[in-house]
Amino acid sequence: MDFDLAAEQPKLLQLLIGVAAFLVVVAAVLLLVDRVPMRRRAWPHATILLAPALLLLGVGLVAPAVRTTLLSFMSGDGRRWAGLDNYVWMFTRPEALTVLRNTVVWVLLVPPLVTSVGLVYAVLVDRTRFEALARSLLFLPMAISFVGAGVVWRFVYAYRAEGQEQIGLLNQLVVSVGGQPRQWLQEPPLNTLFLVAVMVWIQAGFATVVLSAAIKGIPGEIVEAARLDGASPRQLFFRVTLPSIRSAVAVVLVTQSIGTLKLFDVVRTMTGGQFDTGVIANEMYDQAFRYGETGRGAALAVLLFVLVTPVVVYQVRGRAR
Amino acid sequence: MSGRGGRADARAAAARVRRRLSGRGAGVAAIVIAVLWTTPTFGLLLSSLRPEDQIKSTGWWTFFSDPEFTLENYRQVLFGTSSSSGRMAGFLVNSVVITIPSVLLPLALATFAAYALAWLPFRGRDWILVGVFALQIVPLQMALVPLLSFFSRGVEVFGVQMLPAWDLEGPARFVQVWCAHTCFALPLGVFLLHNFMSEIPGELMEAARVDGAAHGAILRRIVLPLAGPALAAFGVFQFLWVWNDLLVSLIFAGGTAETAPVTVRLAQMAGTRGNEWQRLTSGAFVSAVIPLAVFLAAQRHFVRGLLAGGVKG
Amino acid sequence: MSLLSRPERLVLAAGVAGLALAATACGSARTGSSTGEGGASAGCAAFAGYGRHEGGTVSVYSPIRDVEADLLERAWKPFAECTGMRIDYEGTGEFEAQIQVRVDGGNPPDLAFFPQPGLLARFAEAGVLKPASAEVKRLAAEGWSPDWARYATVDGVLYGAPLGASVKSLVWYSPKMFRERGWAVPRTWDELMKLSETIAATGLKPWCAGIESGDATGWPATDWVEDVLLREVGPQGYDDWVSHRLPFNDPKVVAAVDKVGAILRNERFVNGGYGPVRSIASTAFQEGGIPITQGRCALHRQASFYANFWPEGTQVAEDGDVFAFYLPGDDPSKRPVLGAGEFVAAFSDRPEVEALRAYLASADFPEARMRLGPYVSARRGVDPSNAHNPVDRLSIEMLQDPDTVFRFDGSDQMPASVGAGAFWKAMTDWINGKDTRTVLDRVNASWPTS
Repeated sequence: MDFDLAAEQPKLLQLLIGVAAFLVVVAAVLLLVDRVPMRRRAWPHATILLAPALLLLGVGLVAPAVRTTLLSFMSGDGRRWAGLDNYVWMFTRPEALTVLRNTVVWVLLVPPLVTSVGLVYAVLVDRTRFEALARSLLFLPMAISFVGAGVVWRFVYAYRAEGQEQIGLLNQLVVSVGGQPRQWLQEPPLNTLFLVAVMVWIQAGFATVVLSAAIKGIPGEIVEAARLDGASPRQLFFRVTLPSIRSAVAVVLVTQSIGTLKLFDVVRTMTGGQFDTGVIANEMYDQAFRYGETGRGAALAVLLFVLVTPVVVYQVRGRAR
Repeated sequence: MSGRGGRADARAAAARVRRRLSGRGAGVAAIVIAVLWTTPTFGLLLSSLRPEDQIKSTGWWTFFSDPEFTLENYRQVLFGTSSSSGRMAGFLVNSVVITIPSVLLPLALATFAAYALAWLPFRGRDWILVGVFALQIVPLQMALVPLLSFFSRGVEVFGVQMLPAWDLEGPARFVQVWCAHTCFALPLGVFLLHNFMSEIPGELMEAARVDGAAHGAILRRIVLPLAGPALAAFGVFQFLWVWNDLLVSLIFAGGTAETAPVTVRLAQMAGTRGNEWQRLTSGAFVSAVIPLAVFLAAQRHFVRGLLAGGVKG
Repeated sequence: MSLLSRPERLVLAAGVAGLALAATACGSARTGSSTGEGGASAGCAAFAGYGRHEGGTVSVYSPIRDVEADLLERAWKPFAECTGMRIDYEGTGEFEAQIQVRVDGGNPPDLAFFPQPGLLARFAEAGVLKPASAEVKRLAAEGWSPDWARYATVDGVLYGAPLGASVKSLVWYSPKMFRERGWAVPRTWDELMKLSETIAATGLKPWCAGIESGDATGWPATDWVEDVLLREVGPQGYDDWVSHRLPFNDPKVVAAVDKVGAILRNERFVNGGYGPVRSIASTAFQEGGIPITQGRCALHRQASFYANFWPEGTQVAEDGDVFAFYLPGDDPSKRPVLGAGEFVAAFSDRPEVEALRAYLASADFPEARMRLGPYVSARRGVDPSNAHNPVDRLSIEMLQDPDTVFRFDGSDQMPASVGAGAFWKAMTDWINGKDTRTVLDRVNASWPTS
């Protein structure tokens, strides 16, 4: 029952050190950049401003990406070159193919579903009295961690044998309309859909917040003009609202696609990839760390790079416009 | 504040449109979505307040016919002293210690980088921008081992020790977590803030430069006030991401009460206890309280930031 | 796998009143003796041989968590105090993945408790483990049969001594229920099946099981298969299977799995208290046998450590609430024993690390640990009469008996991608309805080629 405050002090001290370090870094960069005289050439300033970020990116992401690519052509223990073995494995073994298939299902379902739920809800609650509250309700799941969300939904899908009292909401609903309780997460291929529902539940709040911000950015005059022209609500939505927030919709779709491709936690906490529910990131983690098949894990990671690349290119292009 | 009258008109007009758009059907639809989205969480909240044997034997909806209420689950999860039950209070402190610098650092570094990429004309600028953004595709999982190796072994090139190992022990391990989170947050941060900053009117920048202001001064006097909402938006996202992260902490902070955050604890309880719902439900809420509060408090800035920043319609 | 945890109510009690309750709650009065609980000064003479290691810290990484972990820490506390070292213990549910990450990342612990000889061998082959010192070698030779030492030996080099152990060939039942209904403990597989039929005829599902275990879901079902296979193909055949000389989809293996299926996939026999066959895959292994105490199930095959999981107040005894009998085979004269355990491997060899390693390999440590709660060690010289409950005693006797044909959990010796991956997954799929041949073909194909 006791909470030992004394034991927490070193941590808080560390926090102070951390914040101090942050201030020092900021001050150092600002001082340095101001010491260099403003001349026509910008690169000295750019170097100072960019250096900390690029340094960290190099260590934290660029080097690992290079290493992973190399590893994907090596054997499990990373001691021999294996050519394309790992890639052959990935596209020939049935269990790996299941994982690829599931990932495709996820990417096809999650971004459109999240975006449409978010969009519909954002339009519906826009400029109503309870807008802030309504948005918060949908955002709630984002504040609960993936682990927490796993708990929430394992509870929703919980199963008790027929005849016993159900403790899971879904089975209770099924039973109360005369059905038989089912083990939702154990019936492939439908179980993937039940996991997709969890992801949509988590992410819809993000879409709502972003899209409702975009909707607020539509100039009132445009809407008013359309209304005066006698546009029906449906026409108004498809001819005015949607085109005006096109780029925000694209942002949501893109971020969701990247997030879904890299999806890991939901599957891990809900099924651990059992019952044919594995996805690439999960399989990658299992292969690389649990099974000691680093090469296969790396090959899956490279596949992820390749799959995400078009999305990134699209977004960068969109920005460049 | 000059445009206030005009804006109010527009808002009234929009509201009228809105009334037309939203018949009764729309209201019902909104409520249905809201209920669908809230029910699972609500069930969890209710469950967390029920006694253990009830959670395990009956559904949470029976609470309404047979209300029995207890705070015992929370007491155990927060202050229980055995390693098997709770002790979440200490883990909460860890989460705070991890999160604050992990939000501040990438905010600052991304701001500097985004400013340089948006307003300093130098060669290769666009390539760097694309490169930084493309780094989003690196799966976190594959970056863990190399980064851990960087901390514990330092950098060795052809047998020559270029950088020493960090050898962090105890609370100092938080430093690793901060650095890791900062690395992983930068691509998105730089990109979002760059989008925002490139939309600051050029005349403002030019005027400041003509006045002889240095970059540091421009950052402080122009960029920071204008970019406030965008920083807030990115800050909130980063906060949620760090607070709710499991994997990075698991690797860099370890699993002990000394440094591990609440998510690690929650995962441990979920793992060991299997179906110990009473602890999982209350634990999930304990871990969600702070991010929820942050979101609610920051919601206004956050939406304004998104509105002004990268997602402008 | 020794994924140990404790019965829910016991944990609750411990949470409320502190750890001291943990030992007493299960009915033991054997706490508080001199070396187990004593202060630093009282029993330090026993530790004089380990030297002083003031300021030394040993980090220990292990899959043992929760109350089991608390008990370990309490057991070595006097040692730590007397030698002056600090022992940083970290138990994790993700041992298999995390140990790999930490080693690859250059941040290994000093000591790790490996439940899988296969995993230990992988690290030994990678050259990151320290071979056992002369002292540990001596202790291992003195304490364990050559079989046990073999599991931690790679290319002729011993890498660690065993720690805890468990006997897996046990079927838990309720002596009270058996007495009341007039059922007898079966001596052969046929009798076991007949008994199951008899019980099923009374309207009770005879067996209950649970194989859900987070990342490791499926392992209890692989234990079932190993246990039956060991009886079907004999110890030599079993060894061939473990080393993949006997293919995974060999007709003999298929037959053994189907023999298990006659129980585990038989809707009339399972899953007492939980529902249909499929519910086995979603029932936590810790809760698999609980219906026995509720009269909803009669039989539960699980290792000796399941003594930890019974609800508080359950008496483990031959005439008590629950007890275990040996899982019989076709031939009652052959009684091979399947078991498992952890091995202490070292990633560094500082003096304090070696001292702790030697202490853990001595007979003193298991004795100290047994005084605190249920624990089984295969070490010679450990007195079975000190066991915490009759099943532990039975297990220790089985393990110490020189005539026992003992085999280590096969999946723990296989390459991790099979033993901790494909095999677990396959058995989970199998419980969930996939046919035997398909899942075994899949496991066979997953065996690493090199």
